[in-house]
Amino acid sequence: MIGILARKLPLALITLLVLSLVVFFGGQLLPGDVGRSVLGPLADAGAVAAFNHSVGVDRPVITQYLDWIGHFVVGDMGTSYTFQAPVAPLVLSALGNSLKLAGLAFAMIVPLGILGGVVAALNVGRWADRTILVVGQSLGVVPEFISSIVLILVFGVWLRWLPMSADWPEGAGALTQIYYLILPALPLVIIFFGYMARVTRTGMVEALDADYTRTAVLKGLSWPTVLRRHVLRNALVSPITVSASLVGYLAGGLVVVETLFHYRGIGSVIYTAARQKDFPMLEAGVLLIGALYTVAAIVGDLLIAALNPRLRAEVSA
Amino acid sequence: MKPFWRHDKFRAALRSPSLMLGVVIVVFWVVCAIFGARLAPMDPYADNLLATLSPPSAAHWFGTDQLGRDIFSRVIVGARDILTAGLMATLLGTVLGTALGLALGYIGGVFDSVVSRIIEALQALPLVIVALMALAAVGTSNLTVILVIGFVFTPLIARTVRSAVREEAALDYVAASHLRGDRALSVMIVEILPNVMPLVLVEMTVRLGFAIFFVASLSFLGFGIQPPSADWGLAIAENYSLIGSYWWTVIFDAAATASLVIGFNLAAEGVQGLFEQ
Amino acid sequence: MSDALRLEDVSVDYTVGGKARTVLKGLSLSIAPGEAYGLVGESGCGKSTAALAAVRYLARNGKVSAGRILIDGRDLMGLSASDLRGLRSRTVAMVYQDPGRALNPSLKIARQMTEVFEVAEGLRGQAAEARALEMLARVQIANPARVMGAYPHELSGGMQQRVVIAMALSINPKLLILDEPTTGLDATVEAEILDLIVALRRDYATAILMISHSLSVIAHVCDRVGVLYAGELVEEGPAAEIFAQARHPYTVALLRCLPERGRLKSQGPLETIPGFLPAPGAIQDGCVYAPRCPIARDRCRAERPPLYDLGGRVSRCHYWEAAPAIPRQTVAFAAARPVSQVLPVLKVRDLSKTYTVDGKAFQASRDISLDLWAGETLGLVGESGSGKSTLAKLLLGLAAPDAGSTIEMEGEALPPRAKTRSRAQLKALQMVFQNPGLALNRSHSVRRLIDRAMRLTGALPARREEKLAVLAHEVRLTGPQLDEKPRRLSGGLKQRVGIARAFASEPQIVVCDEPTSALDVSVQAAILNLLVDLQAKQQVSYIFISHDLGVVNYLADRVAVLFLGRVLETGPTRAVFAAPHHPYTEALVSASPAISREGVARIRLHGEIPSAAAPPPGCVFNTRCPRKIGPICETEAPPARDAGAGHVIACHIPVAELAILQSSSSGAA
Repeated sequence: MIGILARKLPLALITLLVLSLVVFFGGQLLPGDVGRSVLGPLADAGAVAAFNHSVGVDRPVITQYLDWIGHFVVGDMGTSYTFQAPVAPLVLSALGNSLKLAGLAFAMIVPLGILGGVVAALNVGRWADRTILVVGQSLGVVPEFISSIVLILVFGVWLRWLPMSADWPEGAGALTQIYYLILPALPLVIIFFGYMARVTRTGMVEALDADYTRTAVLKGLSWPTVLRRHVLRNALVSPITVSASLVGYLAGGLVVVETLFHYRGIGSVIYTAARQKDFPMLEAGVLLIGALYTVAAIVGDLLIAALNPRLRAEVSA
Repeated sequence: MKPFWRHDKFRAALRSPSLMLGVVIVVFWVVCAIFGARLAPMDPYADNLLATLSPPSAAHWFGTDQLGRDIFSRVIVGARDILTAGLMATLLGTVLGTALGLALGYIGGVFDSVVSRIIEALQALPLVIVALMALAAVGTSNLTVILVIGFVFTPLIARTVRSAVREEAALDYVAASHLRGDRALSVMIVEILPNVMPLVLVEMTVRLGFAIFFVASLSFLGFGIQPPSADWGLAIAENYSLIGSYWWTVIFDAAATASLVIGFNLAAEGVQGLFEQ
Repeated sequence: MSDALRLEDVSVDYTVGGKARTVLKGLSLSIAPGEAYGLVGESGCGKSTAALAAVRYLARNGKVSAGRILIDGRDLMGLSASDLRGLRSRTVAMVYQDPGRALNPSLKIARQMTEVFEVAEGLRGQAAEARALEMLARVQIANPARVMGAYPHELSGGMQQRVVIAMALSINPKLLILDEPTTGLDATVEAEILDLIVALRRDYATAILMISHSLSVIAHVCDRVGVLYAGELVEEGPAAEIFAQARHPYTVALLRCLPERGRLKSQGPLETIPGFLPAPGAIQDGCVYAPRCPIARDRCRAERPPLYDLGGRVSRCHYWEAAPAIPRQTVAFAAARPVSQVLPVLKVRDLSKTYTVDGKAFQASRDISLDLWAGETLGLVGESGSGKSTLAKLLLGLAAPDAGSTIEMEGEALPPRAKTRSRAQLKALQMVFQNPGLALNRSHSVRRLIDRAMRLTGALPARREEKLAVLAHEVRLTGPQLDEKPRRLSGGLKQRVGIARAFASEPQIVVCDEPTSALDVSVQAAILNLLVDLQAKQQVSYIFISHDLGVVNYLADRVAVLFLGRVLETGPTRAVFAAPHHPYTEALVSASPAISREGVARIRLHGEIPSAAAPPPGCVFNTRCPRKIGPICETEAPPARDAGAGHVIACHIPVAELAILQSSSSGAA
């Protein structure tokens, strides 16, 4: 385990370094003249120059990057152009909110997806299999804003079962918060269910067809024992690994969902920052999401190792 | 050579209901995209302030929007921009990604290690977020949306092609080519490329669905196709606040978007199945 | 007492693309308690299907469409799920090819062993573990406790197969099914496993159904043998009788196409079977073998032969009496030209290759020196990990050797990499690959594949077209086949294309890397004949890599024996394969039924093949050597001893002493 961490952490740091360069490139170099981009085409040239000087983008590129990343790693993520306030507390509280929403979605996707995949695999080629695959796959390509709108119409407007906004009353308890978050979480569940089910199904079919499963059956073991001890043990490695990286992918859906449901999470922060060209805020949000994904990927690698002794050697290699 | 309709694969395609459904849906929207203006019963851009927000009726099958425009007509012509942008972005991404993937997989070495590490780092960011950031930086227009999605797809396609090329490059037919002293470019294009082409085509059909997905999402967020287009995502963004009372202003555009992406997905699945046989 | 296994008129169909295909047609056989029965046939004959049907474990699309299967007198099809489970847990056990996949990768051996006793005898915990340890010891595993705590991937292939056999025998089954149990294992390991099976047969009164493509494996283990062809049993009887005098034309041909009993190429070509295995269900009327049979008459094409009872044995041939007398094919090879001894075409000195993986150095080749003379065939033999294929890559320039290695072609130094070699050098040195399916670009037509290689000759397109037609004729490819993509051709035809491509540039040297190991024996014979024929006509030299000593013995003029990247012995083939020779060669020969002689004591190697990452010090063979003489073997590299006539043995034991040692154990050398 320690060996795997020792191999993976340096790689993760390189990933983060590359990410920070990409984000810096996107946020500070790509826009060209930042002041012009932020203040708009009608602003006076002097004001643009003054803005550029005040935010420091008239310095050499290397200096800017080192200054930015140097402050970033100690928790100083700069000052928001829009709010004229430090970025860090704003972004971090939003990240906390997002984790609640993503956590709830995750808690629904993984068991549902694995269940769907197992059921499909046990019925390979039959209608249950095809239905789960085709429906799951089709739902997985419908943009979140479309499924959100349908869900809002059905559960919010017509049935009135669930609140249409994730904005819960001040001081609400955990259960109330979950109640408010169900509707926003559902589009995320819908989009990832098919993926999860498909990965599980592939792993299951492979394990069911494997020679070692034949060995187990021919030993005269009961079918539940074969499934539990021989099939599932090998089949669930990939879905569990995939679920770790799901944490990262969920963040993409958050942008749309949080915006639609008026939820102050990292997704809506990124969206607002992008609209208002608040680059320090945008950079901080994007880099945090990248970091979150990187951590999740390491967790995934550790999970593989814990679950499969044969892969343990490969992951550390 | 047998004519294409006699080929086993073509016949298998006819037997696959999901593939046929997908193709029918896609063809329907492509026809709308090309002939939309002639098919629409009314002028999709004409305001009618006397008939704003009227519910579906015999005159306006899908009702009217805030400006009294006929939603049915707008849905029909709305297919054009999203399909164009999705297709162009996919083509761009496929061409660049295939070229990059071939080079990475065949040349390997330090070049491959460095570029692959960068690609891997980019995977840490959801595509929507990368696209938002890039569009915020360069400014939004129909052209920049295509370029940004194309560039965002490039590393993804490159990664798929790269791993296929690496597998091919390890096969003995490539060794045989080296024994003839073939040049690298010739090995890549004449020997390896034809064998990864089926994969590239499958990848392209899958990506096409995702490109539509992203164009729609970005348009909804205001970073995609710009007004006055009758684009569906755009229409949903404009009318979303009315959802409580005027459901018809969003539901038909939503259904159109959903049908298009699902249609592409079913078709892509079917194509993939054909290549796997 | 009822038969251990009885198949009555069993047919099995697979549904492919909505159509039922009969893979096994009316198969009947019975195996008495304690009897060992071998089912032999080439790929696609339905032998594995028969094994799987016998335990009711057919693939999802397969089903027994007719007949009855009885194990220990009980009808398998009529059993309820729980009765079937009971039968599997107590009465029948199965061992199959690829033990690495038969064991669950994520469970320790202990768990996989003990669960057998849990279901069969209700034993748990310590009691089950004690039994498991005992079983592992019985299959001659030296350290059962260590194996119990290991995961399957931590064991070698031979060790994994022992574990699987131990699991199978744990229940002391009435019937043990062995489906290609040694295919994929190295020859010395295979010999060990087969000996183990024979020994265990004496201890356990288990009946055995053994499935194999290899006649010699079956002959080693089984009392009775059945020959399958295209899903039908064509001949059955006592193993010794069938191998002595087959009574079905197919069996006759199958036995003749192997380079058995020390046959040499100078004694003429190998027998081949013309035509192809028919698709399942393609032949409805008459005998399934009629289209390929040299003695088929009109009756054979019209009337399906029954199994004629020949007294203790049966044959599905109308003319079984004529079968043993089928004349041998008399196509002679073109006269081979004498081997030139002026200047070697290829001279290799101190060739080494070190791969670095994760900071660890693997010596895939070490200080190899060889000469290849014009027009001769140099055989390279060795087991997996011996560095045979690495050597081929180095010669061809597909990998660069370590500094200090030299390769000279006709006295001229060859650049290390193919890309830096001249056109003339590339043209002169070509290769036939092991797996033609992977070595031919599947996007190109056969014509294009050969033509691209022919461009090295510098001929213009029109001239190339003429040459291509000649070459295609020589390798017996027809015009329509030239326009096909490789995937539409059978394995044997693909390899003909591979050979044509290698010869397209008119090379002087062709490296053949296991060119027939992926092919059935009847196809192998035709390919070997073709190679000999082309060599005589075109005066090329071959480097022929193979793990099959029978094939090398037939084909090679000289041979080099490799172990862990080193050449242990080299010399004229006859000298190397007969005593005195290196102890490792002695073991290889002993493990190879094709060339080992009756009455020679069998030498078996024990222990694991060492890793190239940590070769043993001194002589690399010392950890497995049955003739190790003492500490010197562990400390000093052995000297190259001259045994005369270019025969060199790298061993601490002097040649004269080897001769005495090896003649005393073999009786006659």
